[in-house]
Amino acid sequence: MALTNKVLRVNLSNGTCESEATNAEWAKKYLGQRGLATKYMVEEVDPKVDALSADNKLIFATGPLTGTAAPTSGRWSVITKSPLTGAIACSNSGGFFGAEMKNAGWDMIIFEGKSDGPVYLDITNDQAELKDASNMWGKTVWETEDMLREIRGDNDIRCASIGPAGESGVLFAAVVNDKDRAAGRSGVGTVMGSKNLKAIAVRGTVGTQVGDAMKFMQAAGAAKQILADNAVTGEGLPTYGTQVLMNVINETGALPTRNANDVQFEGASKIGGEAMHEIRESDGQANLVSNNACFGCPISCARISKIDPEHFTVKGRPEYQINSGGLEYESAWSLGAATGVDDLEALTYCNFICNELGMDPISLGSTIAAAMDLYKEGAITDEDTGGMKLEFGNTKALVAIVEATGRGEGFGVEIGQGSRRMCEKYGRPELSMTVKSQEFPAYDPRGIQGMGLTYATSNRGACHLRSYTVASEVLGIPEKTDPLTPDGKAGLVKAFQDATAVVDSSGTCIFTTFALTMDDIAPMIDADLEGDWSSETLMELGERVWNLERKFNMDAGLTAADDTLPQRLLKEAAKTGPAKGKVNELDKMLPEYYELRGWTADGVPSNETLDRLKL
Amino acid sequence: MKITLKLYASLTQYLPDGAVRGEIDIDVDDASSIAAVLDSHGVPPEHCHLVLHNGLYVGPSERADAVLGDGDALAVWPPVAGG
Repeated sequence: MALTNKVLRVNLSNGTCESEATNAEWAKKYLGQRGLATKYMVEEVDPKVDALSADNKLIFATGPLTGTAAPTSGRWSVITKSPLTGAIACSNSGGFFGAEMKNAGWDMIIFEGKSDGPVYLDITNDQAELKDASNMWGKTVWETEDMLREIRGDNDIRCASIGPAGESGVLFAAVVNDKDRAAGRSGVGTVMGSKNLKAIAVRGTVGTQVGDAMKFMQAAGAAKQILADNAVTGEGLPTYGTQVLMNVINETGALPTRNANDVQFEGASKIGGEAMHEIRESDGQANLVSNNACFGCPISCARISKIDPEHFTVKGRPEYQINSGGLEYESAWSLGAATGVDDLEALTYCNFICNELGMDPISLGSTIAAAMDLYKEGAITDEDTGGMKLEFGNTKALVAIVEATGRGEGFGVEIGQGSRRMCEKYGRPELSMTVKSQEFPAYDPRGIQGMGLTYATSNRGACHLRSYTVASEVLGIPEKTDPLTPDGKAGLVKAFQDATAVVDSSGTCIFTTFALTMDDIAPMIDADLEGDWSSETLMELGERVWNLERKFNMDAGLTAADDTLPQRLLKEAAKTGPAKGKVNELDKMLPEYYELRGWTADGVPSNETLDRLKL
Repeated sequence: MKITLKLYASLTQYLPDGAVRGEIDIDVDDASSIAAVLDSHGVPPEHCHLVLHNGLYVGPSERADAVLGDGDALAVWPPVAGG
């Protein structure tokens, strides 16, 4: 029931906005958000389409729990074909935009075609209209949101937009909502820019209606209690956020450092969660101002930071001496450890710029790290960089290249093509730390073996949020496994992948699974929707979504040969720490994984598997 | 012998004076166990979720018998997670 049963179809080529019924049969098989939107992509888009052509579609999708009283119900996703990877893209965000869209009465918004000029979509409940955005083109995300609020005369609207990076074709441009939450990965903002779609402004007062309200509130209340009582979701994440991992992963010997040349960073303690709490000498304040919550979230893991006003990045620039979205572990790693920079304030500034100009900090930092490797190796010189000394650890060069990339200036144009294309251009493809052309995140697979299989098989290219085996291998959730062995990781990865696909299709946050099991999640969905929803049916649904994404990718031309890792992780052993002497043993995990999936030795889903999953 | 004691997140409150960014080199008796060192600094065992000895995990049942060596690193966290 807490599907609105309405899809807004927006044709940007002819300027129409039309309401249609959500496909109820598909919703039974794919739930919502990631799963349901992928089904629409499979049915409506040729997987071989040029991702930046008018024939690609861009879907903003909520799940059946989005906007409800379920804990962490602020999640929503952008689904499209990625211009970075050529694979299916599904980027998940929080904040308040998704719940507002759902409360306006829409399960999904499907954008098709391409507008002749810049437009934004203006939504108030069931009223939707494309409007001229010529005066917003070239503006930052922050400026665009302010302009939309002024135009609407309503501070309660919620916005999702692209910045200059999405307009200029940076291949890892993000869709940013609520100024500092982002559907960040795989270039979904680049697709939005290619369609001349600058922003969506939405106000929703219709609300959501669950199937069985009493049963739903009991299930949601039970889940909230578990989250509150759990030491991780009730205390650890609210206090330290994801950034507490910086020292954990460094100590574990799995912190990719200086483009994965090393697995431990000597500056880790200067840029981690504890450092954000330290009082600065200059102004007597800490970098961290407070934690922050997305819609309906009792965990509140997000960070609000303020940069030292005396720091060179913001001195004399009051527009940046503000409270805004602070460093998460991933951005602190990519902009910091990956580049060898240990200046917390500079990293916070670079993260602000990613939000303001609309870029994925993981791909950005990792690509800059690859450029620094190219520079070290002499494959690029000052002539290529315009005089910029792209040396590992050079804070000022990092800041300059981050700004240049977001603005599409100088060597930033090369960075904006992502690591794989840049490294190929300069003749050193092996220096690109990517899978399926997407930069891998903050866990080195030599020190956490399961993450190697996670990256290699992720349907959207290297990603930690497709199966976060770190939870088990390092953090002991739900139970501790040995990060240094490949044994048993195939089953672990498959289980995490299928469960994550369920959560990503539901409208809630994957962080709930540090405390909730599928047995805690299923009752909320069962009370929310018609039909019988058990843990078993949901896990089968997750497996179905995974195989559907795989099918899209294979039809797009990807093969088992793309299920691999950078040679550095397979051939160059870790130099220090517990994993010293180890490489990732993907070859021992991948065949078992294919077998567990019911795929052929070539990684193709068998007919039996497709039949079993009703695909 | 000397070891490096590292306490993070909410456990930093148990660090002795002089610790910098969560860590400090301390003198301990030869062949001290992990449990003994943590107990001597008042760290409640129930808050010691993630215990790493030179980066390798030591489970709760092993901590009383796990012996530290000169120059070793002992790092401890309460229940934490991220992504």
